Amino acid sequence: MSILHIVNKTPYDRNSLATAVSMMKDDDTLLLIEDAVVGAIKAGKAAAILSGHKVTILGPDLAARGVSEDKLVDGVTIVDYAGFVDLVEANDKAQSWL
Amino acid sequence: MSNTKKFMYVNRKAPYGTIYAWEALEVVLIGAAFEQDVSVAFMDDGVYQLVKGQDTTGIGMKNFSPTYAALGDFEVTKIYVDKDSLEERGLSLDDLQHLVWEDEDEDWAEKDSIHLVTRAEMANIFADQDVFFNF
Repeated sequence: MSILHIVNKTPYDRNSLATAVSMMKDDDTLLLIEDAVVGAIKAGKAAAILSGHKVTILGPDLAARGVSEDKLVDGVTIVDYAGFVDLVEANDKAQSWL
Repeated sequence: MSNTKKFMYVNRKAPYGTIYAWEALEVVLIGAAFEQDVSVAFMDDGVYQLVKGQDTTGIGMKNFSPTYAALGDFEVTKIYVDKDSLEERGLSLDDLQHLVWEDEDEDWAEKDSIHLVTRAEMANIFADQDVFFNF
C-alpha cells in the first residue's frame, strides 16, 4: 500500500517536510508543490533530508519561483499537472501535509 | 514641519504560496507615494521573492516580480537582504534580480538598491526605524 506524500510549505518556515519524510515507507513517493519546491535546491540546508527517497516536484511551481532544474538535488523527477494526477492514481492513497 | 517617518517593510514569506509577498509590494509602493522614508527588508523565506527568472505561466498567477525593478523609480532605494537567510537556502546575490536606482545628485548615476547585510547589521537598521510593517 503506497502513499503519495504531498508537501506545500517551505522547510525553512515549517516542519511539514521533515514530518512527511519521517513517515515515508519504501514504496512511498514525495511530491513537492507550491512553496515546498524550494526545499529541493541542492545548495540549501534542507535538501539533505531528501536523500534516499523518491522525490517528485511540480515543474510549474519551480518555474514560478525562478528555480532551474540544474539547481536541484540529483535524482528528482519533475512532473507537470498531468503527472501530478498520474502520481495520485499510481499510489493507493495521497496524504497532504498542510 | 516634517511628518516623514522611517518605514520598514519586513518580508519573510516566499512568493505565490501565499498572497503576503504581493500585498507587501503594493503597500510599499503606497508608502513611497506618501513620501515616507522607506526601507524594505527581505529575510527568512522572503529572500525567495527577489529570485530572478520567475515564470508563472504554468501556475495561472500574475508574475509580480518585475515590479521590484520599479521600486527605484519610486525612490525606494534601501533594500536589505539578509545574508544568512540567502546562504541557508543555497542562494547567493547572483540568484537575485539586479535592482538599481538613479541618483539625481550624481548626474543620475545608477546605484545598487540591494544591500546584502549580516543579521547584526540588519538589527542596527531595525533599531533606526520608526514603524514596521510585517508580511
